[in-house]
Amino acid sequence: MSAAAASLAPTGGQKDRVAWLAVPAVGYLAIVYALPLVFLLARSVTGPEGFTLSLFVQFFSDPYSWRVIWNTLRIGLLTTLVCLVIGFPVAIAMARAKGLMQVALLVAIILPLSIGVVVKAFAWQIVLRRDGVVSQFLVGTGIWSEPQRLLFTETGLVLGAANVFLPFMILPIYSVVKLIDPRLSEAGATLGASPLYRFRRIFLPLTLPGLVSGIAFVFSMSVSMFVIPSLLIGDRFQMLATLTGRSFLLMRNEALGSTTAVVLLVLAVSIVVASSWLAKRLGGTQ
Amino acid sequence: MTATERVASALVWVFAIFAIIFLMTPLVVTVAVSFGSSAVFTLPPPAWSMRWYNQLPNTRGLWPSLATSLQIAALSTAISLVLGTLCAIALVRGRFPGRDSIATFLVSPLMLPGLVVGIAMLQGFKAVGLREAWPSLLVAHVVITMPYVVRTVLAALSLFDFTLIDAARTLGCSYGKALRKVMVPALAPAFLTSAMFAFLASMDNYPISIFFTDAWTKTLPIQMLQFVEERPDPVIAAISTGLILLAVIALIIGDRLVGLRRLADF
Repeated sequence: MSAAAASLAPTGGQKDRVAWLAVPAVGYLAIVYALPLVFLLARSVTGPEGFTLSLFVQFFSDPYSWRVIWNTLRIGLLTTLVCLVIGFPVAIAMARAKGLMQVALLVAIILPLSIGVVVKAFAWQIVLRRDGVVSQFLVGTGIWSEPQRLLFTETGLVLGAANVFLPFMILPIYSVVKLIDPRLSEAGATLGASPLYRFRRIFLPLTLPGLVSGIAFVFSMSVSMFVIPSLLIGDRFQMLATLTGRSFLLMRNEALGSTTAVVLLVLAVSIVVASSWLAKRLGGTQ
Repeated sequence: MTATERVASALVWVFAIFAIIFLMTPLVVTVAVSFGSSAVFTLPPPAWSMRWYNQLPNTRGLWPSLATSLQIAALSTAISLVLGTLCAIALVRGRFPGRDSIATFLVSPLMLPGLVVGIAMLQGFKAVGLREAWPSLLVAHVVITMPYVVRTVLAALSLFDFTLIDAARTLGCSYGKALRKVMVPALAPAFLTSAMFAFLASMDNYPISIFFTDAWTKTLPIQMLQFVEERPDPVIAAISTGLILLAVIALIIGDRLVGLRRLADF
């Protein structure tokens, strides 16, 4: 670029200088957060003689590890399924609701988001007791013949986890549902499409990006939850995150803890990457 | 409306009402237990009582941990507001490559397992010799609060019309005064809501804080979980009710500033 051209573009120069404002935040996170994560990954594949996968070989050859992985995935999938079944219709209701109903839905979804997980998990310990609210309700409606304890069971864990993560399913779906033009469905009806056909061919494809990101949010959070299983199911049932926490905080077994941490990290990152790729693809085909 | 649509529509509302009850259950139960007289969490409470609240002043460890949490939350939010806003300006005004990736990077701590981030930071801090609990907590909590600030301020800034600043300067304002009089008021709701939610996220964090506490310096959630494990009694529900009250106040302020609907934007 000649000197004359450069002087003709002062705004361009100014805008490049603006880029420096990003440096403190990016630098901070790079040093405090990204670099330690890279080191965690690097150390997990480094032995006394350089590159090694021995920690992972050891971890994956232990049948107990597979039970922990299976526990993690099973609870994650069940929680996601419960959230999806409740969250999808609720997101539709939110987009249609007016007046008091809309306020009630918004408050019920946003308020729990700003309350800590320790508070909610403690509340679920009370709710899931033998004389708790859920047991009283199920006995009262005649579904159960006698009170049962749900605390320290997998059902109780899934119920509590679904409660904590449900807003993360509803909000992304709601964000796409509210943009759908209701006239599309009317047009389909005018052209003779049945309600089911319209749902399957018009509504569902348009909401797919929201569904994908809701599922990804809930699944990645429920496979990495730590406080909820600690309080609702206890030490006898281990998931990847609880095993990681225990290895560091109780057993002082940093090798095992780092290995499970890396497995968990890889799992969470692949869910996020896969879902954003999928959401972009689905969004692009509209 | 056909019969199918009527049934589907009715189902949607049934689910909505169920979800409202389901989501509010833990909060209602906590508040009810905290005002009940029963020490074994009987619901509905046999009688109402303030006895658990009366025990709060004498609850060992509660007040120091609350003070630590408030200090860390306030300071880390303030640091994130400054760094996050500067970065958001760069991302909106700049024309350099990789802006999307930078935004994703700054929000990414929200998407990774907190426990893993905590472990990585614990090892990193150890490696550089940072061992004291309080400064470690502060440094770590800036990472927790940053995503909330960047996400909200970035969204607000990309709607802000920067020619307004030029207009103010044409009318005789200095650059600094133009920023103060035009940009700051326009962004004030975004600053306040993002600060509030960043503050609450820091106050509530467990999985990262757990690695940076010691016997003397604990944050509130860590102290509360210790109470739950040592002697679960409704005093914990009374503390929780205080935190719920804090969230309700934040929600009301957020509603006044930007409206509930905008708070639900994801």
